[in-house]
Amino acid sequence: MSTPAGPTSALGAEPAFVVQLDAFSGPLDLLLHLLREEQIDIADIPIARIADQFLRAIHELGLNQAADYLEMAGRLLRLKAQMLLPRREGEEGWEDPRHELVRRLLEYQLVREVAGWLERAAERRADQLPRGYLPPAPELPPLPLTLDLLELLRAVEKVIAEIPSPVLHRVVARPLDTEGATRRLVSMLTEREEFTWLEALGPEPTIVDVLSTLLALLELARRGSIRLAQSQAFATFVIRRERQPDDLAAPPTEAPDAAQVPGPVD
Amino acid sequence: MPLKSLAQLIEAALFAANRPLTIEELQTLEPEASLAEVRAALDELREHYDFDGHAVELLELAGGYQLLTRRVFMEAIERAQLSVRTPRLTAAAMETLAVVAYRQPVGRAEIEEIRGVSAGGVLRTLQERGLIEVVGRSEGMGRPLLYGTTALFLELLGLRDLGELPKTEEFSVALQPHKPEAADSEEAAASVPAES
Repeated sequence: MSTPAGPTSALGAEPAFVVQLDAFSGPLDLLLHLLREEQIDIADIPIARIADQFLRAIHELGLNQAADYLEMAGRLLRLKAQMLLPRREGEEGWEDPRHELVRRLLEYQLVREVAGWLERAAERRADQLPRGYLPPAPELPPLPLTLDLLELLRAVEKVIAEIPSPVLHRVVARPLDTEGATRRLVSMLTEREEFTWLEALGPEPTIVDVLSTLLALLELARRGSIRLAQSQAFATFVIRRERQPDDLAAPPTEAPDAAQVPGPVD
Repeated sequence: MPLKSLAQLIEAALFAANRPLTIEELQTLEPEASLAEVRAALDELREHYDFDGHAVELLELAGGYQLLTRRVFMEAIERAQLSVRTPRLTAAAMETLAVVAYRQPVGRAEIEEIRGVSAGGVLRTLQERGLIEVVGRSEGMGRPLLYGTTALFLELLGLRDLGELPKTEEFSVALQPHKPEAADSEEAAASVPAES
């Protein structure tokens, strides 16, 4: 931010300050600067003059720091008003309204001097380097992440490796042996007129056997070779021969669809 | 003169470390050595660097010991861009550090009152750089955070401890209110022996 370099009309005969507000660390700093420029005794600050100069200096101030400076401006204007109040010469108990401001200025001036001392100490220290010197960034926020593709892939692999592996099933299509089941059923029907579903399955059937047998039965029933009967819900169903044994293996009226079911890997 | 083994061990540790090491830390290198022996070894090492023409020196910093290059080499090293100086802090940061260093534990409101500006941003920056830390909470309204300086602050300034900070009375306050003539002359007289 820049401030007017030349004298403004409002200044009249007074010399203009070239004030760079960025160079000040606050309103107290600016105020000290004005006092120094004017060679003013801090014990007897001409409040009216300083207040006007202060206002002029902050005239171009951006809004960011404005609050701090405006608060001080308000304080100065209040002081200016207080100084105008009439008082009797040598009045007892009159307290200089500027007292608090002077105290703060002195305190701030001390802080400035301490800061200057710290600054010089840091400068001296910066003349010496520790081994393997790294630019001081002990507790800065983490740097933005930069990775190449390989690093990214490694990171992805690491993440994936940490996912607990689920139980995986490999799905294999296995053909059902409907024809074999049909042959078996026909041979059974040749010997017996009636048997149950469990008998049809035979001992220790696999799931493929069960499904093959079921499809074969349905197919035979569709052809009218057999009849499936169930006495009640969930009861074992009974397979009964409907045709003569030699007629059982008659070709189907249409080719059955190739049936395939997924089965677990053994 | 060759260094004794304890001094060599300490030299190795100081070389390897990237921060000042305390005397207690150095003692753990050789559990059988007493603190006095460690101190003697440190003295031996310091003299070794100082009198045998070494480019580094042993310094007491932030409550510990650290090897640092001698300042005479800084310019050449910097010109060759082999290293960089610690960046300067802003005036606002230095003022805030000054208030925290002398008033700690101190809250934000007090810092702002003294400096006449809001201090939130500066405090955050100083905290991020590890120069100040929260050391507690005030008992006052809202229990505001209280700040203090860190070991890194001492390291940054090349100080052994906070006791090395000058007393506030030592600062000449340029804008002292005018004193009566008598006091002025008395002061002037008192300062003469100090200057000579």
